[in-house]
Amino acid sequence: MDVLAQQLLLGLMIGGLYGLAAAGLSLVFGVLKVLNVAHGELIMLGGYGAFWLSALLGLDPFASLLVVLPLSLVLGLCLYGGLFAFVVRFDEETRVKNSLLIGFGLALALHALAVRLWTADERSIVTSYGGTVISAGGLSIPVVRLASLALAFALIGALHLLLTHWRWGRAVRATAEDWQAALLAGIDVRRAYVLAFAIGTALAGAAGTLVSVNYSINPSMGLEWTLKALIVVVLAGLGSMIGTFVGGLFLGVAEAASAAAFGGPYREVVGLVIFVVMLVLRPRGLFGR
Amino acid sequence: MLEIRDVEAGYGDARALAGVTLSVGAGEIVALLGPNGAGKSTLLKSVAGLLRPRRGTIRWEGEDLARVAAHRIVERGLALVPEGRRLFGSMTVEENLALGAFAARARSARQANRERVYALFPVLRERSRMLVRALSGGQQQMVAVGRALMTNPRLLMLDEPSLGLAPRLARAILEALVEINREGVAVFLVEQNVPAALALAHRAYVLESGRIVSEGRGDELLQDPHVRRAYLGPLAARG
Repeated sequence: MDVLAQQLLLGLMIGGLYGLAAAGLSLVFGVLKVLNVAHGELIMLGGYGAFWLSALLGLDPFASLLVVLPLSLVLGLCLYGGLFAFVVRFDEETRVKNSLLIGFGLALALHALAVRLWTADERSIVTSYGGTVISAGGLSIPVVRLASLALAFALIGALHLLLTHWRWGRAVRATAEDWQAALLAGIDVRRAYVLAFAIGTALAGAAGTLVSVNYSINPSMGLEWTLKALIVVVLAGLGSMIGTFVGGLFLGVAEAASAAAFGGPYREVVGLVIFVVMLVLRPRGLFGR
Repeated sequence: MLEIRDVEAGYGDARALAGVTLSVGAGEIVALLGPNGAGKSTLLKSVAGLLRPRRGTIRWEGEDLARVAAHRIVERGLALVPEGRRLFGSMTVEENLALGAFAARARSARQANRERVYALFPVLRERSRMLVRALSGGQQQMVAVGRALMTNPRLLMLDEPSLGLAPRLARAILEALVEINREGVAVFLVEQNVPAALALAHRAYVLESGRIVSEGRGDELLQDPHVRRAYLGPLAARG
Protein backbone atom coordinates (compact mmCIF):
# COMPACT_ATOMS: atom_id res chain seq x y z
CA MET A 1 0.00 0.00 0.00
CA ASP A 2 2.79 2.36 0.94
CA VAL A 3 4.55 1.52 -2.28
CA LEU A 4 1.46 2.45 -4.25
CA ALA A 5 1.00 5.69 -2.32
CA GLN A 6 4.63 6.53 -2.93
CA GLN A 7 4.27 5.96 -6.65
CA LEU A 8 1.09 8.00 -6.89
CA LEU A 9 2.79 10.84 -5.03
CA LEU A 10 5.71 10.81 -7.45
CA GLY A 11 3.19 10.73 -10.30
CA LEU A 12 1.44 13.79 -8.88
CA MET A 13 4.71 15.69 -8.75
CA ILE A 14 5.59 14.75 -12.33
CA GLY A 15 2.06 15.77 -13.23
CA GLY A 16 2.86 19.34 -12.20
CA LEU A 17 5.47 19.41 -14.95
CA TYR A 18 2.97 18.00 -17.43
CA GLY A 19 0.56 20.75 -16.48
CA LEU A 20 3.16 23.46 -16.93
CA ALA A 21 4.32 21.95 -20.22
CA ALA A 22 0.73 21.89 -21.48
CA ALA A 23 -0.16 25.43 -20.37
CA GLY A 24 1.94 27.09 -23.05
CA LEU A 25 0.65 24.82 -25.80
CA SER A 26 -2.92 25.39 -24.64
CA LEU A 27 -2.52 29.17 -24.54
CA VAL A 28 -1.05 29.35 -28.03
CA PHE A 29 -3.61 26.96 -29.50
CA GLY A 30 -6.52 28.62 -27.73
CA VAL A 31 -5.61 32.15 -28.77
CA LEU A 32 -3.92 31.82 -32.17
CA LYS A 33 -5.66 28.59 -33.27
CA VAL A 34 -2.14 27.49 -34.15
CA LEU A 35 -0.93 24.06 -33.02
CA ASN A 36 2.74 24.45 -32.27
CA VAL A 37 4.09 20.89 -32.48
CA ALA A 38 7.56 22.28 -31.76
CA HIS A 39 6.43 23.08 -28.22
CA GLY A 40 8.43 20.12 -26.86
CA GLU A 41 11.56 21.42 -28.60
CA LEU A 42 11.03 24.77 -26.89
CA ILE A 43 10.90 22.85 -23.62
CA MET A 44 14.14 21.13 -24.64
CA LEU A 45 15.78 24.53 -25.25
CA GLY A 46 14.64 25.68 -21.81
CA GLY A 47 16.24 22.57 -20.34
CA TYR A 48 19.53 23.25 -22.07
CA GLY A 49 19.36 26.86 -20.97
CA ALA A 50 19.18 25.79 -17.35
CA PHE A 51 21.85 23.14 -17.88
CA TRP A 52 24.41 25.55 -19.36
CA LEU A 53 23.66 28.26 -16.83
CA SER A 54 24.37 25.69 -14.17
CA ALA A 55 27.40 24.09 -15.85
CA LEU A 56 29.13 27.29 -17.00
CA LEU A 57 28.05 29.88 -14.48
CA GLY A 58 27.25 27.65 -11.53
CA LEU A 59 23.75 29.10 -11.36
CA ASP A 60 21.25 27.16 -9.28
CA PRO A 61 18.77 25.54 -11.72
CA PHE A 62 15.73 26.93 -9.89
CA ALA A 63 17.28 30.42 -9.86
CA SER A 64 18.05 30.07 -13.57
CA LEU A 65 14.30 30.42 -14.17
CA LEU A 66 14.89 34.15 -13.76
CA VAL A 67 17.16 34.05 -16.81
CA VAL A 68 15.44 31.35 -18.86
CA LEU A 69 11.97 32.95 -18.60
CA PRO A 70 12.90 36.31 -20.17
CA LEU A 71 15.14 34.63 -22.76
CA SER A 72 12.31 32.33 -23.81
CA LEU A 73 9.98 35.29 -23.98
CA VAL A 74 12.33 36.96 -26.45
CA LEU A 75 12.74 33.70 -28.38
CA GLY A 76 8.95 33.54 -28.60
CA LEU A 77 8.79 37.06 -30.02
CA CYS A 78 11.39 36.13 -32.68
CA LEU A 79 9.71 32.85 -33.62
CA TYR A 80 6.34 34.57 -33.88
CA GLY A 81 7.68 37.39 -36.01
CA GLY A 82 9.71 35.08 -38.24
CA LEU A 83 7.48 32.03 -38.61
CA PHE A 84 3.96 32.34 -37.23
CA ALA A 85 2.95 35.95 -37.88
CA PHE A 86 1.89 35.28 -41.45
CA VAL A 87 -0.06 32.12 -40.60
CA VAL A 88 -2.59 33.97 -38.45
CA ARG A 89 -3.81 35.89 -41.49
CA PHE A 90 -5.52 32.77 -42.81
CA ASP A 91 -8.83 31.31 -41.71
CA GLU A 92 -8.71 28.83 -38.86
CA GLU A 93 -8.55 25.60 -40.84
CA THR A 94 -5.70 26.83 -43.04
CA ARG A 95 -3.98 28.13 -39.92
CA VAL A 96 -3.89 24.71 -38.26
CA LYS A 97 -2.60 22.99 -41.42
CA ASN A 98 0.09 25.59 -42.03
CA SER A 99 1.10 25.71 -38.41
CA LEU A 100 1.57 21.93 -38.38
CA LEU A 101 3.99 22.17 -41.28
CA ILE A 102 5.85 25.07 -39.71
CA GLY A 103 5.85 23.35 -36.32
CA PHE A 104 7.27 20.07 -37.61
CA GLY A 105 9.88 21.96 -39.58
CA LEU A 106 10.82 24.01 -36.57
CA ALA A 107 10.98 20.89 -34.39
CA LEU A 108 13.36 19.18 -36.81
CA ALA A 109 15.50 22.29 -37.13
CA LEU A 110 15.76 22.84 -33.38
CA HIS A 111 16.53 19.18 -32.80
CA ALA A 112 19.30 19.20 -35.41
CA LEU A 113 20.64 22.46 -34.03
CA ALA A 114 20.76 21.06 -30.49
CA VAL A 115 22.59 17.92 -31.65
CA ARG A 116 25.04 20.05 -33.61
CA LEU A 117 25.72 22.48 -30.78
CA TRP A 118 25.57 20.24 -27.76
CA THR A 119 25.86 16.66 -29.17
CA ALA A 120 23.27 13.96 -28.59
CA ASP A 121 24.63 13.12 -25.12
CA GLU A 122 22.37 12.87 -22.13
CA ARG A 123 22.99 15.75 -19.72
CA SER A 124 21.89 16.21 -16.17
CA ILE A 125 22.19 18.92 -13.60
CA VAL A 126 23.81 17.96 -10.33
CA THR A 127 22.86 19.94 -7.26
CA SER A 128 23.98 19.60 -3.65
CA TYR A 129 20.38 19.02 -2.57
CA GLY A 130 19.60 16.62 -5.44
CA GLY A 131 19.36 13.57 -3.20
CA THR A 132 17.60 15.20 -0.25
CA VAL A 133 14.39 13.53 0.75
CA ILE A 134 11.75 14.57 3.24
CA SER A 135 10.09 11.71 5.10
CA ALA A 136 6.49 12.18 6.08
CA GLY A 137 3.93 9.59 7.10
CA GLY A 138 5.93 6.70 5.67
CA LEU A 139 6.38 8.49 2.33
CA SER A 140 9.62 9.94 1.06
CA ILE A 141 9.33 13.18 -0.85
CA PRO A 142 12.34 14.28 -2.93
CA VAL A 143 12.76 18.03 -2.33
CA VAL A 144 13.63 18.70 -5.96
CA ARG A 145 10.34 17.22 -7.14
CA LEU A 146 8.38 18.98 -4.43
CA ALA A 147 9.99 22.32 -5.27
CA SER A 148 9.28 21.73 -8.97
CA LEU A 149 5.63 21.05 -8.28
CA ALA A 150 5.37 24.16 -6.11
CA LEU A 151 7.08 26.34 -8.71
CA ALA A 152 4.94 24.95 -11.52
CA PHE A 153 1.85 25.73 -9.50
CA ALA A 154 3.12 29.23 -8.69
CA LEU A 155 3.78 29.94 -12.38
CA ILE A 156 0.32 28.72 -13.39
CA GLY A 157 -1.20 30.83 -10.61
CA ALA A 158 0.71 33.89 -11.81
CA LEU A 159 -0.43 33.23 -15.37
CA HIS A 160 -4.02 32.91 -14.19
CA LEU A 161 -3.82 36.27 -12.40
CA LEU A 162 -2.24 37.82 -15.48
CA LEU A 163 -5.05 36.56 -17.71
CA THR A 164 -7.84 37.63 -15.38
CA HIS A 165 -6.58 40.92 -13.94
CA TRP A 166 -4.21 42.48 -16.43
CA ARG A 167 -5.81 44.60 -19.17
CA TRP A 168 -3.92 42.80 -21.92
CA GLY A 169 -4.49 39.47 -20.21
CA ARG A 170 -8.21 40.00 -20.59
CA ALA A 171 -7.62 41.06 -24.16
CA VAL A 172 -5.83 37.75 -24.80
CA ARG A 173 -8.78 35.81 -23.36
CA ALA A 174 -11.24 37.85 -25.37
CA THR A 175 -9.24 37.15 -28.53
CA ALA A 176 -9.25 33.43 -27.73
CA GLU A 177 -13.00 33.46 -27.40
CA ASP A 178 -13.95 35.55 -30.45
CA TRP A 179 -11.30 37.54 -32.28
CA GLN A 180 -13.79 39.55 -34.31
CA ALA A 181 -15.65 40.60 -31.18
CA ALA A 182 -12.26 41.50 -29.70
CA LEU A 183 -11.56 43.76 -32.69
CA LEU A 184 -14.94 45.42 -32.18
CA ALA A 185 -13.98 46.11 -28.57
CA GLY A 186 -10.94 47.97 -29.87
CA ILE A 187 -8.39 45.25 -29.11
CA ASP A 188 -5.38 44.98 -31.40
CA VAL A 189 -5.77 41.24 -32.04
CA ARG A 190 -2.34 40.89 -33.66
CA ARG A 191 -0.74 42.18 -30.50
CA ALA A 192 -2.75 39.72 -28.42
CA TYR A 193 -1.38 36.96 -30.69
CA VAL A 194 2.23 38.07 -30.19
CA LEU A 195 1.71 38.26 -26.48
CA ALA A 196 0.10 34.82 -26.21
CA PHE A 197 2.85 33.22 -28.29
CA ALA A 198 5.64 34.86 -26.30
CA ILE A 199 4.07 33.87 -22.98
CA GLY A 200 3.51 30.35 -24.31
CA THR A 201 7.18 30.08 -25.24
CA ALA A 202 8.22 31.44 -21.84
CA LEU A 203 6.08 28.75 -20.19
CA ALA A 204 7.83 26.12 -22.32
CA GLY A 205 11.19 27.50 -21.19
CA ALA A 206 10.12 27.35 -17.56
CA ALA A 207 8.85 23.81 -17.99
CA GLY A 208 12.16 22.84 -19.58
CA THR A 209 14.08 24.30 -16.66
CA LEU A 210 12.08 22.29 -14.16
CA VAL A 211 12.38 19.16 -16.31
CA SER A 212 16.16 19.50 -16.40
CA VAL A 213 16.34 19.45 -12.60
CA ASN A 214 14.28 16.27 -12.40
CA TYR A 215 15.48 14.28 -15.40
CA SER A 216 18.44 14.05 -17.69
CA ILE A 217 17.90 15.92 -20.93
CA ASN A 218 18.89 15.32 -24.56
CA PRO A 219 18.07 16.86 -27.94
CA SER A 220 15.41 14.21 -28.70
CA MET A 221 13.26 14.81 -25.65
CA GLY A 222 10.99 17.28 -27.48
CA LEU A 223 8.58 14.88 -29.13
CA GLU A 224 7.78 13.11 -25.89
CA TRP A 225 6.96 16.42 -24.20
CA THR A 226 4.87 17.64 -27.11
CA LEU A 227 2.85 14.43 -26.83
CA LYS A 228 2.40 14.78 -23.06
CA ALA A 229 1.35 18.39 -23.48
CA LEU A 230 -1.07 17.48 -26.27
CA ILE A 231 -2.66 14.73 -24.15
CA VAL A 232 -3.14 17.17 -21.28
CA VAL A 233 -4.65 19.80 -23.59
CA VAL A 234 -7.12 17.27 -24.96
CA LEU A 235 -7.88 16.03 -21.45
CA ALA A 236 -8.38 19.45 -19.87
CA GLY A 237 -9.78 21.39 -22.80
CA LEU A 238 -9.06 24.98 -23.73
CA GLY A 239 -9.86 28.12 -21.81
CA SER A 240 -8.62 27.54 -18.25
CA MET A 241 -4.99 27.46 -17.18
CA ILE A 242 -5.89 26.08 -13.75
CA GLY A 243 -7.87 23.37 -15.54
CA THR A 244 -4.84 22.56 -17.68
CA PHE A 245 -2.69 22.24 -14.56
CA VAL A 246 -5.21 19.90 -12.94
CA GLY A 247 -5.25 17.90 -16.17
CA GLY A 248 -1.47 17.57 -15.93
CA LEU A 249 -1.67 16.33 -12.34
CA PHE A 250 -4.32 13.85 -13.41
CA LEU A 251 -2.14 12.48 -16.20
CA GLY A 252 0.82 12.14 -13.83
CA VAL A 253 -1.22 10.19 -11.29
CA ALA A 254 -2.90 8.06 -13.97
CA GLU A 255 0.48 7.10 -15.40
CA ALA A 256 1.78 6.16 -11.96
CA ALA A 257 -1.35 4.14 -11.25
CA SER A 258 -1.18 2.23 -14.51
CA ALA A 259 2.52 1.56 -14.01
CA ALA A 260 1.71 0.18 -10.57
CA ALA A 261 -1.16 -1.92 -11.87
CA PHE A 262 0.25 -3.24 -15.13
CA GLY A 263 3.99 -2.69 -14.82
CA GLY A 264 6.38 0.01 -15.94
CA PRO A 265 6.19 -0.55 -19.70
CA TYR A 266 2.49 0.42 -19.66
CA ARG A 267 3.13 3.83 -18.11
CA GLU A 268 2.95 5.59 -21.47
CA VAL A 269 -0.12 3.74 -22.70
CA VAL A 270 -2.57 5.31 -20.31
CA GLY A 271 -1.98 8.79 -21.74
CA LEU A 272 -2.85 7.65 -25.24
CA VAL A 273 -5.92 5.84 -23.96
CA ILE A 274 -7.02 9.05 -22.23
CA PHE A 275 -6.38 10.94 -25.47
CA VAL A 276 -8.62 8.67 -27.54
CA VAL A 277 -11.33 8.32 -24.91
CA MET A 278 -11.56 12.09 -24.43
CA LEU A 279 -11.77 12.74 -28.16
CA VAL A 280 -14.62 10.24 -28.46
CA LEU A 281 -16.56 11.07 -25.31
CA ARG A 282 -15.90 14.72 -24.54
CA PRO A 283 -13.93 16.49 -27.29
CA ARG A 284 -13.98 19.85 -25.52
CA GLY A 285 -12.18 18.37 -22.51
CA LEU A 286 -12.97 18.23 -18.81
CA PHE A 287 -12.81 21.97 -18.22
CA GLY A 288 -13.22 23.26 -21.78
CA ARG A 289 -15.87 25.82 -22.53
CA MET B 1 -20.29 62.37 -40.34
CA LEU B 2 -20.32 58.92 -42.01
CA GLU B 3 -20.22 59.05 -45.81
CA ILE B 4 -20.51 55.81 -47.76
CA ARG B 5 -20.03 56.18 -51.51
CA ASP B 6 -20.49 53.57 -54.27
CA VAL B 7 -19.39 50.77 -51.99
CA GLU B 8 -19.14 47.28 -53.46
CA ALA B 9 -18.28 44.40 -51.17
CA GLY B 10 -18.77 40.67 -50.82
CA TYR B 11 -17.38 37.32 -49.86
CA GLY B 12 -15.40 35.33 -52.40
CA ASP B 13 -17.28 35.41 -55.70
CA ALA B 14 -20.53 36.58 -54.12
CA ARG B 15 -21.21 40.28 -54.35
CA ALA B 16 -23.34 41.43 -51.43
CA LEU B 17 -23.17 45.19 -52.07
CA ALA B 18 -23.46 46.57 -55.58
CA GLY B 19 -22.68 50.25 -55.19
CA VAL B 20 -24.22 51.65 -52.03
CA THR B 21 -24.24 55.35 -51.24
CA LEU B 22 -25.59 56.68 -47.98
CA SER B 23 -24.74 58.95 -45.09
CA VAL B 24 -25.34 59.32 -41.40
CA GLY B 25 -25.17 62.80 -39.91
CA ALA B 26 -24.18 63.84 -36.39
CA GLY B 27 -26.89 63.12 -33.85
CA GLU B 28 -29.11 61.28 -36.32
CA ILE B 29 -30.90 57.95 -36.01
CA VAL B 30 -30.75 56.28 -39.41
CA ALA B 31 -32.40 52.94 -40.10
CA LEU B 32 -31.31 50.51 -42.80
CA LEU B 33 -34.12 48.20 -43.88
CA GLY B 34 -34.29 45.35 -46.31
CA PRO B 35 -34.91 41.64 -46.66
CA ASN B 36 -32.53 38.89 -45.53
CA GLY B 37 -29.52 38.70 -47.79
CA ALA B 38 -29.85 42.28 -49.00
CA GLY B 39 -26.36 43.11 -47.74
CA LYS B 40 -27.22 45.01 -44.56
CA SER B 41 -24.79 43.12 -42.31
CA THR B 42 -22.12 43.30 -45.01
CA LEU B 43 -22.45 47.07 -45.04
CA LEU B 44 -22.08 47.37 -41.27
CA LYS B 45 -19.10 45.01 -41.25
CA SER B 46 -17.47 47.07 -43.97
CA VAL B 47 -17.86 50.26 -41.95
CA ALA B 48 -16.47 48.52 -38.84
CA GLY B 49 -13.45 47.30 -40.80
CA LEU B 50 -14.18 43.57 -40.47
CA LEU B 51 -14.56 43.41 -44.24
CA ARG B 52 -12.85 45.55 -46.86
CA PRO B 53 -14.92 47.00 -49.70
CA ARG B 54 -13.72 46.15 -53.22
CA ARG B 55 -14.70 49.54 -54.55
CA GLY B 56 -16.01 52.80 -53.25
CA THR B 57 -15.10 54.76 -50.17
CA ILE B 58 -16.20 54.87 -46.57
CA ARG B 59 -15.38 58.20 -44.97
CA TRP B 60 -15.68 59.08 -41.31
CA GLU B 61 -15.39 62.79 -40.61
CA GLY B 62 -13.59 63.16 -43.92
CA GLU B 63 -11.07 60.37 -43.31
CA ASP B 64 -11.04 57.36 -45.63
CA LEU B 65 -11.36 54.22 -43.49
CA ALA B 66 -10.02 51.87 -46.18
CA ARG B 67 -6.60 51.58 -44.58
CA VAL B 68 -7.62 51.93 -40.95
CA ALA B 69 -7.40 48.69 -38.92
CA ALA B 70 -10.64 47.53 -37.31
CA HIS B 71 -9.47 48.16 -33.75
CA ARG B 72 -8.44 51.69 -34.72
CA ILE B 73 -11.86 52.35 -36.22
CA VAL B 74 -13.21 51.80 -32.69
CA GLU B 75 -10.65 54.38 -31.57
CA ARG B 76 -12.19 56.86 -34.03
CA GLY B 77 -15.57 56.61 -32.25
CA LEU B 78 -17.43 54.02 -34.33
CA ALA B 79 -18.91 51.03 -32.50
CA LEU B 80 -20.76 48.01 -33.88
CA VAL B 81 -23.13 45.73 -32.00
CA PRO B 82 -22.76 42.74 -34.31
CA GLU B 83 -25.32 40.26 -35.49
CA GLY B 84 -25.76 37.50 -32.92
CA ARG B 85 -24.24 39.71 -30.18
CA ARG B 86 -20.82 37.99 -30.15
CA LEU B 87 -20.29 38.41 -26.43
CA PHE B 88 -17.48 36.83 -24.42
CA GLY B 89 -19.68 34.13 -22.91
CA SER B 90 -17.17 32.72 -20.44
CA MET B 91 -16.69 36.13 -18.84
CA THR B 92 -18.88 38.11 -16.49
CA VAL B 93 -21.07 41.06 -17.43
CA GLU B 94 -18.57 43.31 -15.70
CA GLU B 95 -15.64 41.86 -17.67
CA ASN B 96 -17.49 42.23 -20.96
CA LEU B 97 -18.17 45.87 -20.20
CA ALA B 98 -14.56 46.41 -19.10
CA LEU B 99 -13.35 44.97 -22.43
CA GLY B 100 -15.60 47.46 -24.21
CA ALA B 101 -13.53 50.19 -22.58
CA PHE B 102 -10.27 48.76 -23.92
CA ALA B 103 -9.71 51.50 -26.50
CA ALA B 104 -7.69 54.50 -25.35
CA ARG B 105 -10.57 56.86 -26.12
CA ALA B 106 -12.78 54.90 -23.75
CA ARG B 107 -10.50 54.39 -20.77
CA SER B 108 -10.79 57.77 -19.10
CA ALA B 109 -14.58 57.78 -19.51
CA ARG B 110 -14.88 54.22 -18.22
CA GLN B 111 -16.59 54.95 -14.90
CA ALA B 112 -19.07 57.41 -16.40
CA ASN B 113 -19.91 55.05 -19.26
CA ARG B 114 -20.42 52.12 -16.92
CA GLU B 115 -22.88 54.17 -14.89
CA ARG B 116 -24.60 55.18 -18.11
CA VAL B 117 -24.99 51.53 -19.14
CA TYR B 118 -26.30 50.54 -15.70
CA ALA B 119 -28.72 53.47 -15.76
CA LEU B 120 -30.03 52.34 -19.15
CA PHE B 121 -30.25 48.68 -18.14
CA PRO B 122 -30.52 48.45 -14.33
CA VAL B 123 -30.81 44.66 -14.47
CA LEU B 124 -27.18 44.46 -15.61
CA ARG B 125 -25.99 46.04 -12.38
CA GLU B 126 -27.69 43.24 -10.44
CA ARG B 127 -26.18 40.62 -12.76
CA SER B 128 -22.76 42.24 -13.08
CA ARG B 129 -20.93 39.25 -11.59
CA MET B 130 -22.79 36.62 -13.58
CA LEU B 131 -21.32 34.85 -16.58
CA VAL B 132 -22.81 36.27 -19.73
CA ARG B 133 -23.77 32.90 -21.15
CA ALA B 134 -26.03 32.34 -18.12
CA LEU B 135 -28.13 35.42 -19.00
CA SER B 136 -31.34 35.48 -21.00
CA GLY B 137 -31.26 36.58 -24.64
CA GLY B 138 -32.64 40.01 -23.80
CA GLN B 139 -30.09 40.58 -21.08
CA GLN B 140 -27.33 39.42 -23.39
CA GLN B 141 -28.46 41.96 -25.96
CA MET B 142 -28.29 44.63 -23.25
CA VAL B 143 -24.70 43.59 -22.51
CA ALA B 144 -23.92 43.77 -26.23
CA VAL B 145 -25.29 47.31 -26.47
CA GLY B 146 -23.56 48.14 -23.19
CA ARG B 147 -20.19 46.84 -24.38
CA ALA B 148 -20.46 49.00 -27.50
CA LEU B 149 -21.41 52.04 -25.40
CA MET B 150 -18.34 51.45 -23.24
CA THR B 151 -16.17 52.25 -26.29
CA ASN B 152 -17.51 55.81 -25.90
CA PRO B 153 -18.81 55.93 -29.47
CA ARG B 154 -20.01 58.90 -31.48
CA LEU B 155 -21.77 56.57 -33.88
CA LEU B 156 -23.38 53.38 -32.63
CA MET B 157 -24.17 50.77 -35.30
CA LEU B 158 -26.48 47.88 -34.46
CA ASP B 159 -27.17 44.77 -36.50
CA GLU B 160 -30.70 43.56 -35.70
CA PRO B 161 -30.58 44.17 -31.96
CA SER B 162 -34.16 42.97 -31.40
CA LEU B 163 -33.81 39.71 -33.33
CA GLY B 164 -35.21 36.75 -31.40
CA LEU B 165 -36.35 38.85 -28.44
CA ALA B 166 -39.81 38.94 -26.90
CA PRO B 167 -41.69 42.10 -28.00
CA ARG B 168 -41.37 43.71 -24.58
CA LEU B 169 -37.60 43.27 -24.51
CA ALA B 170 -37.26 44.33 -28.14
CA ARG B 171 -39.09 47.53 -27.28
CA ALA B 172 -36.84 48.09 -24.25
CA ILE B 173 -33.74 47.83 -26.45
CA LEU B 174 -35.12 50.18 -29.09
CA GLU B 175 -36.22 52.69 -26.44
CA ALA B 176 -32.70 52.59 -25.01
CA LEU B 177 -31.43 53.61 -28.45
CA VAL B 178 -33.59 56.72 -28.40
CA GLU B 179 -32.18 57.50 -24.95
CA ILE B 180 -28.61 56.97 -26.16
CA ASN B 181 -29.29 59.18 -29.17
CA ARG B 182 -30.65 61.92 -26.91
CA GLU B 183 -27.22 62.05 -25.27
CA GLY B 184 -25.71 62.95 -28.63
CA VAL B 185 -24.68 59.57 -30.07
CA ALA B 186 -25.65 58.99 -33.71
CA VAL B 187 -27.36 55.64 -34.31
CA PHE B 188 -27.21 53.52 -37.46
CA LEU B 189 -29.68 50.69 -37.10
CA VAL B 190 -30.32 47.55 -39.13
CA GLU B 191 -33.68 46.24 -38.04
CA GLN B 192 -36.24 43.64 -39.14
CA ASN B 193 -39.09 45.25 -37.26
CA VAL B 194 -39.82 47.88 -39.89
CA PRO B 195 -42.66 49.82 -38.20
CA ALA B 196 -40.67 50.11 -34.97
CA ALA B 197 -37.52 51.14 -36.81
CA LEU B 198 -39.32 53.75 -38.90
CA ALA B 199 -41.06 55.11 -35.83
CA LEU B 200 -37.79 55.97 -34.11
CA ALA B 201 -35.53 56.77 -37.08
CA HIS B 202 -35.10 60.28 -38.42
CA ARG B 203 -34.25 58.88 -41.82
CA ALA B 204 -34.16 55.43 -43.38
CA TYR B 205 -32.76 53.62 -46.38
CA VAL B 206 -34.12 50.49 -47.99
CA LEU B 207 -31.49 48.06 -49.28
CA GLU B 208 -32.46 45.31 -51.72
CA SER B 209 -30.05 42.99 -53.54
CA GLY B 210 -27.11 45.15 -52.64
CA ARG B 211 -28.62 48.46 -53.81
CA ILE B 212 -30.43 51.31 -52.11
CA VAL B 213 -33.95 51.32 -53.59
CA SER B 214 -35.57 54.03 -51.48
CA GLU B 215 -34.68 56.55 -48.88
CA GLY B 216 -36.41 59.25 -46.96
CA ARG B 217 -37.69 60.42 -43.62
CA GLY B 218 -39.23 57.75 -41.41
CA ASP B 219 -42.78 58.99 -41.85
CA GLU B 220 -42.32 59.37 -45.63
CA LEU B 221 -41.21 55.76 -45.97
CA LEU B 222 -44.16 54.65 -43.89
CA GLN B 223 -46.36 56.06 -46.69
CA ASP B 224 -44.18 54.73 -49.53
CA PRO B 225 -46.27 52.15 -51.46
CA HIS B 226 -43.30 49.87 -52.16
CA VAL B 227 -42.21 49.86 -48.54
CA ARG B 228 -45.77 49.21 -47.39
CA ARG B 229 -46.20 46.31 -49.79
CA ALA B 230 -42.85 44.70 -49.09
CA TYR B 231 -42.34 45.30 -45.39
CA LEU B 232 -45.59 46.21 -43.73
CA GLY B 233 -47.75 43.39 -45.09
CA PRO B 234 -50.93 43.30 -47.23
CA LEU B 235 -53.15 44.98 -44.64
CA ALA B 236 -50.94 48.03 -44.47
CA ALA B 237 -50.70 48.17 -48.25
CA ARG B 238 -54.49 48.37 -48.57
CA GLY B 239 -54.97 50.91 -45.80
